[in-house]
Amino acid sequence: MTPHPYAFLALFLAVAVAFPLVMLSVSRVWFWLFQPPKPSTIKNGIYECGLAPTGDSRIQFKAHYYLYAIVFLIFDVEVLFLLPFAVAFTGLSAGALFAMLVFILLLVEGLVWAWHRGHLNWK
Amino acid sequence: MDFFFELPLWVQAALKGLAVIAVIFPIAGACSMAERKVSAWIQDRPGPSRAIPPWFAIIPIIGPFLQRLGAFHLLADGGKLLFKEDPLPGHVNKFYFVMAPLVAMIPALSTVAFVPFGAYVSEAKQVVPLILANVDVGLLGVFALASLGVYSLILAGWASNSKYPFLGGVRASAQLISYELSMTLSVLPVFLWINAPGQSGSLSLARVVEYQSQPGFLGGMWFVFLMPVSAFIFLVALFAETNRQPFDMPESEADLVGGFHTEYGSFKWSLFFVAEYSHMTVGSAVFALLFLGGWNPLPWVSLQTLGGWLHLTGHPVVLGILSVLIFIGKVLASIFFFMWVRWTLPRFRYDQVMRIGWKQLLPLSILNLIVYTCIIGGMEYFGHR
Repeated sequence: MTPHPYAFLALFLAVAVAFPLVMLSVSRVWFWLFQPPKPSTIKNGIYECGLAPTGDSRIQFKAHYYLYAIVFLIFDVEVLFLLPFAVAFTGLSAGALFAMLVFILLLVEGLVWAWHRGHLNWK
Repeated sequence: MDFFFELPLWVQAALKGLAVIAVIFPIAGACSMAERKVSAWIQDRPGPSRAIPPWFAIIPIIGPFLQRLGAFHLLADGGKLLFKEDPLPGHVNKFYFVMAPLVAMIPALSTVAFVPFGAYVSEAKQVVPLILANVDVGLLGVFALASLGVYSLILAGWASNSKYPFLGGVRASAQLISYELSMTLSVLPVFLWINAPGQSGSLSLARVVEYQSQPGFLGGMWFVFLMPVSAFIFLVALFAETNRQPFDMPESEADLVGGFHTEYGSFKWSLFFVAEYSHMTVGSAVFALLFLGGWNPLPWVSLQTLGGWLHLTGHPVVLGILSVLIFIGKVLASIFFFMWVRWTLPRFRYDQVMRIGWKQLLPLSILNLIVYTCIIGGMEYFGHR
């Protein structure tokens, strides 16, 4: 019986889940047996360079991260279309190659647009 | 060695899987030791060289050697991390806080299944790659699983309920997605090249190595010479994807304390680093396969040629072990390069990281793709391939 190639993926996923779980439970068992918990307000506090934490920990952050994520999403889908192109490159006609270059130029156009709008500037 | 091939196939498979795990874990572990020794070497200081158990010191040569190497510091660190108190701060979101290091391990280990690590040249001169999951979408699988790593960073940052980890988490996610684009675009020319006429299309990494071990000037050329720009972009993006210096944004300890893992301690903390090092190992392996000729010893010298020189044609198993050793040697050299860069270059600022990713690497990789598409298309049109 030949194992299915993806069986190895399942095996490694199982190992990847089991390995940290086993290690964490070993340290948990050690914790139960030999380490009396000694909680304190300082130990359980939010770490902010040794000072008392100020304000809410859910801080505001730059909307720029969102912009990058949205631009990435568009580009990533376009890049995904390029992978089948690379695989099918063997039997493509000159016309198909030209069409693919136009597609890449559309990708470039998106980049130029985002660049021009200043979305790629980190302010 | 013949008895191995007479075993049932699933036993062979399980043995191969075990062997790979038994190689990957020690490499990832030894990386943390090597990191300290390499940094000491670069900064001209001895580094960890003291710790040794007394009953080990009496062994001649090996004992002092391991002491000088700092091997026991590694063991002591591992023991310390496993046995020290495992605090769960009161302010964290407990479920996701514990889940984040587990999620970090999944992409780090499962990508190994898609990476070929050697070749077995059978009696009929056929090259059978040693690989666990021999699928056509090898590279896509590696990319798909490796990009899951961003979830662990963002989960850790968000679940910590604290300012610095949160900033580290959002920085990490924006950085990882930015460099993923350039990385994927930079490997496309390689696959344009290997999907030559008369062959079924494939994204298999073993096929890439096969194309670097062919006779002839262009056939035996490693892709690092054929496509230097691709190799450069891939390497830079790899540094960013594995959060190594100089792209150490998610855990820039100068401005974010520890970034996403500030609130973590003991073994959960160390899982992030085991994940980072195995990520680095797999990334180096993919780089060696794509651009450094995989298990071929030298450019224009394929594994079979070397076997001919060493009169190993009749000993496929010896040659197979040799190929694995050559490949591991390349991976280790590449890991050393990672450490060398870490202790040589200063860290970029965040705006510089974003500028390099979007305004320099991405246009460069698109241009690279267009140029190679035109060149390879032209070569096929005029019948040079």
